[in-house]
Amino acid sequence: MGIFENCSIRFAGSVGYYAASLLDGPEVVIEGNAGWAVGDNLMNGKISVTRDAGASAGSTMRGGELFIGGNAGARAGISMKGGSLVIGGNAGFLTGFMMQKGRIIICGDAGEALGDSMYEGTIYVAGNIASLGADATVEPMSEDELIDVLAILESKGITDKRSFTKVVSAKRFYNYDSLERLEKSAL
Amino acid sequence: MVMGSSQIWSPWIMDDIHAKAELGRYRIRGFSSFQKVTHFDDLTFLSTGLTRFPLEGYKERCNTRTVIGARNAENPLILETPIYISGMSYGALSANAKVALGKAAAMVGSASCTGDGGMLPGERAASDKLIYQVLPSRYGFNPHHLLDAQAIEIVVGQGAKPGTGGMLMGVKVQDDVAEMRDLPLGIDQRSPARHPDWLGPDDLAIKIEQLREATDWQVPVHVKLGACRVDDDVKLAAKAGADAIVIDSMLAGTGASAEVLLEHSGIPTVPAIVMAREALRELGLYGKVSLIASGGIRSGADAAKALALGADAVAIGLGALIALNCNKEIPESNFQEEVGVPAGYCRFCHTGKCPVGIATQDPLLMARLDPDEGAERVANFINSMTMEMTLLTRSLGKGDVHSLEPEDLAALTLEASAMARVPLVGTNKVFGE
Repeated sequence: MGIFENCSIRFAGSVGYYAASLLDGPEVVIEGNAGWAVGDNLMNGKISVTRDAGASAGSTMRGGELFIGGNAGARAGISMKGGSLVIGGNAGFLTGFMMQKGRIIICGDAGEALGDSMYEGTIYVAGNIASLGADATVEPMSEDELIDVLAILESKGITDKRSFTKVVSAKRFYNYDSLERLEKSAL
Repeated sequence: MVMGSSQIWSPWIMDDIHAKAELGRYRIRGFSSFQKVTHFDDLTFLSTGLTRFPLEGYKERCNTRTVIGARNAENPLILETPIYISGMSYGALSANAKVALGKAAAMVGSASCTGDGGMLPGERAASDKLIYQVLPSRYGFNPHHLLDAQAIEIVVGQGAKPGTGGMLMGVKVQDDVAEMRDLPLGIDQRSPARHPDWLGPDDLAIKIEQLREATDWQVPVHVKLGACRVDDDVKLAAKAGADAIVIDSMLAGTGASAEVLLEHSGIPTVPAIVMAREALRELGLYGKVSLIASGGIRSGADAAKALALGADAVAIGLGALIALNCNKEIPESNFQEEVGVPAGYCRFCHTGKCPVGIATQDPLLMARLDPDEGAERVANFINSMTMEMTLLTRSLGKGDVHSLEPEDLAALTLEASAMARVPLVGTNKVFGE
């Protein structure tokens, strides 16, 4: 963790908590499973986990790319502020919670409360969505977006997913419904 | 009975109901709690008489140097005074205010703290010793900045709004504040209340390890807690590996909080310090894990009493802002016209209309605060507080502010006796034991 150089790192086996966290630049391959918060606060670089990831994969990541080949646990991409999180399998409860920017691509199913309280950013799901979170909504996906998503998946060797549900913020919670006199006059 | 004399349905309460009847939500404001609670004024020092000798007020040395976080860190935070400036965000405060606070801290050999929203380059440049906060929101969180800080502070909660995240109204979420936080322009920011990557105290231990490894065990890791269930929280934070614990009481200030939380959650500073001290003592960690008290520290007397009760240092927020001119009419301001109340009554930091340029993102208002002049005022205030502390300490016959102890204090009220666990004046009884 805390590596800021453009280098390559390979883990031949599974890793524990906070693996490849606080990175800016490296390319990391984890040949196995990863514990909680893999890729936490990634600034830039590429991280690839060949199998499953625990909770909070890619938490608060701000750039770069995190690829989970298998399933991701709860709260993947929580408070994400940029970059791309690609999940080859299913994603757990509260994926994309309070997401601010960036993109999450889920090739399998998404758990309950997907995109709860998200501000901005986009979530694409190839499988089923158990339920949308508060203020998350489905919106049509453009052809350009589809081309982008397919290109990213192809780079990961995933070619069997062709259609996605796009989830974004409904922006209903952006502002308080009412303001006091002085609060109004400040606007 | 005279009409309008009700203690229960006071004009203030009726006004509050009228406001909520229009608003349809909880009210938001800045400043701090208006509750009347036991505070440092309810304690008094027992200076020397015939049983011990005082030190000469202006001649004999009185040490104020303070070391924070020596438990694990290679480079603990070394301050020339036990008073530092607590975390207040760039966003809640203007850039000029942040720079002034950083500069003031450097002038007195102390530290300032980033607050939510990331590290402002101007504050980094101005402050010699900067504490970098790790908050649930992680707005602007950058591992490069982590390595550029003299201490790290994991914020679990804050006294003005324990159990909730930060709050910044849309009028302040503009331009580079929005950009630094990766937020859409103009949204009413309600930050996460929980950390994204860890949930309980066992996970906190692992989070602390992560930050230590990333910073190569060089700098202390503090844990900041809103003072509520102090005994358990302090024990859990200490066992998780904190080098220092900041206990932030219900009297702490804020730039924006739901009023209901400001007034109705948390405990006062006096019992918070005592409970934290006893919790550490029970673990055998008192004196090893540094204890920092914040919330309602207004003077050297308050700071000295906090140290006597068991704190190693205090952090000031609102006090520093008042030194910057908060609630003071200046030639450029007109409080009555601009915020509808006279100076001394303003609590509208959240509206961004600060008439003295502190709690605003409006460039015209911000220009009312000169960072250099502001820094000087804050430095003067901290120096005054430090002198007050040393004067009191010498009057107690001691040559080090860290030698102050509960035995130096007596309580003026029954409640203060019970909360501070010191005898009530005129008796030899500690009430409540």
